[in-house]
Amino acid sequence: MTAFLQQVVSGIATGCIYASLALALVLIYRAMDLANFAQGEMATFSTFMSYSLIEYAHLDFWTAFAITIALSFVLGVAIERVVVRPFEGKPVLTLLIVTLGLFTMFNGITGQIWGYVFKTYRGGFPSEPVVFGGLYINKQDIGVLGVVLVMLLLLYLFFSRTKAGLAMRAASLYPDSSKLLGVRVGWMLALGWGLAASVGAVSGMLVAPIIFLDPNMMQSILLFAFAAAVLGGIESPLGAVVGGITIGVLMALVGTYIPGGQDLRLAFGLIVIVVVLLVRPSGLFGRASVRRV
Amino acid sequence: MKLPRIRPELLVFAVVGIVVVIGVPTVTNQFYTFMFAKVAIFVCALLGLNLLTGFSGQISLGNGAFMAVGGYTTAILVHTMGVPYWVTIPLAAIVAGVAGLLIGIPALRLSGVYLALATFALALALPPILNHFDTFTGGHQGIVMPPVSAPFGLDLSQEQWLYYMCTGIAGLLFAFAWGVVRSRTGRAFMAIRDSETAATASGVSLAFYKTLAFGLSASYAGVAGSLLAIATSFINPDSFGLGLSLSLLVGVVIGGLGINFGAVLGALLVVWLPHFAEKASGVQIGSLSFAGKPDILFGAALILIMLFAPNGAAGLMLRGWRWYLAKRTVTRLPLSGASAAK
Repeated sequence: MTAFLQQVVSGIATGCIYASLALALVLIYRAMDLANFAQGEMATFSTFMSYSLIEYAHLDFWTAFAITIALSFVLGVAIERVVVRPFEGKPVLTLLIVTLGLFTMFNGITGQIWGYVFKTYRGGFPSEPVVFGGLYINKQDIGVLGVVLVMLLLLYLFFSRTKAGLAMRAASLYPDSSKLLGVRVGWMLALGWGLAASVGAVSGMLVAPIIFLDPNMMQSILLFAFAAAVLGGIESPLGAVVGGITIGVLMALVGTYIPGGQDLRLAFGLIVIVVVLLVRPSGLFGRASVRRV
Repeated sequence: MKLPRIRPELLVFAVVGIVVVIGVPTVTNQFYTFMFAKVAIFVCALLGLNLLTGFSGQISLGNGAFMAVGGYTTAILVHTMGVPYWVTIPLAAIVAGVAGLLIGIPALRLSGVYLALATFALALALPPILNHFDTFTGGHQGIVMPPVSAPFGLDLSQEQWLYYMCTGIAGLLFAFAWGVVRSRTGRAFMAIRDSETAATASGVSLAFYKTLAFGLSASYAGVAGSLLAIATSFINPDSFGLGLSLSLLVGVVIGGLGINFGAVLGALLVVWLPHFAEKASGVQIGSLSFAGKPDILFGAALILIMLFAPNGAAGLMLRGWRWYLAKRTVTRLPLSGASAAK
């Protein structure tokens, strides 16, 4: 039983990381009905930026963390303005190919600048266990949980209490009415991309100390984040969080209790995605969508 | 059926094309011949992806996975049962095609973004699955097969034989794709791509044709995977990762979505560009050094193509051809007009 709980606890921590990348996906999906395949690679790029800030500019982790979030925001806004904007209103297939172009480009840029050798990333939390009620809990896991909770609180406050947050929600729900009321809908999309890039960067900087840093590190995490977003209902931020934690726990259990489960974790991610899409496409918290033809 | 008049220019292109295709292995060295055989293999895979994405409008990031199915079918049959390699090629097409139909059935209910998600997950999840069941697949070590040689005592080197075999098969598959596109099935594919609602209203069965497109596309990928395994006489899970599926998408988009000839251009690009990029790596111009991988270029090209030339390189060539035709007609017109005035 203790072993089981142990896995659940560590699953929750990893799940928080999936949840934050899933949240980034949801932010863009809500804004423009698009699954951003480049989200993971953008997060990887951000994480490498923070690596450079820590290793070469000799900043401490938290300063680098803050600077990276800000830079990622600018990067996200710039990508929306420069790359995505010309494609507004184009078919889904076109937009998907554009995000895959971004995926390939960011993967290449990261590889070109930082190389393909695995690097150790020093995170903000020590990796040592504390005993709590008979369970060994890694301080790193507690730190991850804390950071994600703070981030969620900030996002919640932003979307419910600030003018910009409300304008963003209005722009995604009723673009035409918002335009008439003076909301700059185009910039709200850019803001969405910026926020998503920042949130993704957080997930990258949280996961990098646990796994090694390399240009492909976020690809499997992106798959779990997609699974989380789909499970929670791809339009629901709350769903992304609940889905992320569920997937995290599920994967920890699969990895432990199924022989050779480590290899099969990605397959389980695939199964979750396909089953949820077939059985309940709106996920746990999404609304069933009605499509006008 | 009325055949369109064939322009003499086209005839010249066709003759030159055939001479080049047949002549390539006689003038290039072993390595380059092998690379061109690989081009032919990618032509097969890209033709299949084009049927699915270019003609019926369904995205797949998982065709690399179907190539793996084809490749492993061939490798396992040759390695464990000693089946002659050429027998396994059609079998690989069938097995991969069935796998495609099976994936195509759930894919029916998924469109656009969700289909991309599911096939992306397939591409990522398959290599670890292959590693896991290593009693069949040999895990990371993969499966080594005996190298092939030219049959019937033909005086061809191994590479030359591979080249002619792969090119021949690619030619057959090209002709088949050409036929499919111009048939009732092809029209149904395009109707679905352009508007599912309109297609249904015209009596096109979405379920049947979408699944069929998936199956066909997977069969093509299966043949490509099988040929790849035969050509390299080796197969392991890592060669069928997400990277392969992405490069197939890159090839089909840059080559030309919805134009069969685009598969040829796309295949030339995805096979040769990485080779040149590797050669150029380490070359320094000032402080700028080339990357050993063409990913940045590929990514940028995807975005630029979608923006400026949605039908890719083949679309541009087609446009150039029409421009040439139009120019010829225009330059002739005033002449005939002038003679009439006299």
